[in-house]
Amino acid sequence: MKTRAWVATLSAGALVLALWAVPADARHPLKIGGQCDRTGATKLIGVEFCPGVTDYIKLVNKKGGVLGHPVEQTEIEHGYQVDRGVEAYERLKRDGAVAVLDYGTPIVYALTPRHMEDKIPGITPGFGRADATDGERWAYIFPMAASYWSQMGGALKYVKDNGGKRGTKIAYLYFDNPAGREPFPLIERIARKEGYQIRFFAVPPPGLEMGPQVIDITRRMRADWVITHLFGRSPSVSVKEFQKAGFPLNRVISMVWGSGEADAEAAGWDTSQGYLGLQFAAVGRDLPVVQEIVKMYRDEGKEVPKYVGSVYYNRGILVGAVLVEGLRLAVQNFGERVTGETVQKGFEKIKGFDLGGFLPPLTVTPQDHEGGGWVRVYQVKGQAWVPVSAWIRGYRDEVLELVKEAAKK
Amino acid sequence: MIHRECGVYQTTYEGDMALYPLPLARYSALAVVVLLALVPAVMTSHQMALANLIGLAAVGAIGLNLLTGYTGQVSLGHGAFMMVGAYTAAILSARHGMPFWVGLAAGGAVAAAVGAFFGIPSLRIKGLYLAIATLAAQFIIEWSINRIPWIGGGVQATIYLPTPTFLGWDINTEHRRYYMILPVCILAYLAALNLVRSRVGRAFIAVRDRDVAAEIIGVNIFRYKLLAFAVSSFYAGVAGALWSYYLKIANYEHFTLSTSVQYLAMIIIGGLGSVLGSVFGAIFITLLPIVLAQLVEGGAALFGFTYASIADFLANLKLIIFGGLIILFLAIEPAGLYRMWGNIKRYFKLWPFSY
Repeated sequence: MKTRAWVATLSAGALVLALWAVPADARHPLKIGGQCDRTGATKLIGVEFCPGVTDYIKLVNKKGGVLGHPVEQTEIEHGYQVDRGVEAYERLKRDGAVAVLDYGTPIVYALTPRHMEDKIPGITPGFGRADATDGERWAYIFPMAASYWSQMGGALKYVKDNGGKRGTKIAYLYFDNPAGREPFPLIERIARKEGYQIRFFAVPPPGLEMGPQVIDITRRMRADWVITHLFGRSPSVSVKEFQKAGFPLNRVISMVWGSGEADAEAAGWDTSQGYLGLQFAAVGRDLPVVQEIVKMYRDEGKEVPKYVGSVYYNRGILVGAVLVEGLRLAVQNFGERVTGETVQKGFEKIKGFDLGGFLPPLTVTPQDHEGGGWVRVYQVKGQAWVPVSAWIRGYRDEVLELVKEAAKK
Repeated sequence: MIHRECGVYQTTYEGDMALYPLPLARYSALAVVVLLALVPAVMTSHQMALANLIGLAAVGAIGLNLLTGYTGQVSLGHGAFMMVGAYTAAILSARHGMPFWVGLAAGGAVAAAVGAFFGIPSLRIKGLYLAIATLAAQFIIEWSINRIPWIGGGVQATIYLPTPTFLGWDINTEHRRYYMILPVCILAYLAALNLVRSRVGRAFIAVRDRDVAAEIIGVNIFRYKLLAFAVSSFYAGVAGALWSYYLKIANYEHFTLSTSVQYLAMIIIGGLGSVLGSVFGAIFITLLPIVLAQLVEGGAALFGFTYASIADFLANLKLIIFGGLIILFLAIEPAGLYRMWGNIKRYFKLWPFSY
């Protein structure tokens, strides 16, 4: 009798424990963290980019969350200050974030070792170095967007598709910092392969004066194509200078940080007609996901902000979408107990994810955390950026070769 | 701390010249150290991160105060000297497998040499002109790190450091990093306190107050000005090296011109010519934006606003309040937080019979 009572008590206890361990409401929120710069060096990007992330996650929650789980996103503004970025990360970690969006190159650098230690994946779209693509070395870092190497590969493919041949002269006009010098080895490799003549033209930051470089490119070198890798105010300066020098702007391709609305606007929309720029997320409001966000604003009776559908806003949507997709795959494949480790594995399972044509078909693998390195060339027409190519990626073998070489160092 | 001198008589020269002549002061200083050593037991990793950031800033700020506050030489190159320390430590630890304490010492030493070199213009120029001359250090050092692959490690100019270890312990959590930073902080603090009341410190102060007069009474200006630069840069180098062990990465973008300006702000708010003031300044400048952010966001939530709807407004409001507070504190007490602390202490010295 005594034994039976014990068994009964024990099993009742076990049942209670089991019920307690699985929350009655299994739809516990999934916490993710984000950082933003709304007051510092990159505030012009931040004020459009960050609402993109937030709005997309709000949309997902409106539609029922991730497999029933609401997503709880916390944004911390750090003003592009490294110490505040570190604090932001530690606060997000404390609050149980299973994935964090890192904002700003110096902050991405500062946090990379921490992501690896804490096993919390970090999304670093377009920030940081190209070899972070290498998922075998940086398991918890996910750029999820074309690195500078992939962008350069895409730009050179566009050149080739549009009449680049042996002897074509290409000028590379770059901001004189590590990000600007990063594509050198790739350009040299491809130029050798294709027989292009290539020359580098440095612009010292902040790059508000580049008359001499442009004269050099257009008059002395007589370049056929120009690839620019500038930032901040300087892309608009380059557009104005090339236009003044009579160089056809549809032969000037800008990397991703020189292809926003602000750049064309600062140079003047009329001046920048024809200017080409790379994008890693689609631009404009005529896209299904952006339309849903517009509808969400209207349903709430709010005015749709001007930035919805802009270049940086849509890049924010890209980050939001990738985060949500990673969470979804983590829950689907690795169960309800979501941790940084399962989300990391979830990210690596992303396959052919394109959000209805909004994104290139992103495919993340344990080796490739860049998602394939896709870009799309856009052109200024009227008062908007319109696509002039499909989603492309060029010279993938060369890019991956460089990634491998960097890993050995 | 608040101490009463009443009834304390010194009978030996050693006792009279001690750093803390009052027994009570000695005990309270010791108590603070013990407290600092024990706080991690009850703090979260996030709070430890704040403590660590303050500690890192304090080392750098004390260094700058020795140069600007005590010797009167304005420098905008402090961030650059930190950069020198950070890369020295990174090169030693990442490429040669040296332990972190070797990296700290070497980072300080190399930065001291570089700092003394960039201090040479101080022999001819003063004040704002010197500030601009030291600005050159920022650009020259940044350029060198970026362009010389041997220093910066190639195009990215970024060096990853291995996890520092001490007696077989991996320093890989915020709590452990605190124990790496705290001893350095305490050493830096005590060394500075002792330096400024020594012959060298008095020479620094003489140079600050009027360099011509100092020269006439026999202070070797050449020597002491360069020494001030070297000592201050040593501190900067140690702070930079600590910073790179803390983050396990050396990256030049962490030591921009705005870093130097931030350190100047710390010592001006904390109190020029005060070691404790530098620590106050480091706490103020590091903690205030973070605390403000939480207060402002909490306040907005009280009024029923969601963060996302007014994020831009809040971000800028934070900045406005931050700027306002700096002006307020400087208007109330231009001599800095240290003087405020001193006023409080003085008030309580004879309390409640302070008439």
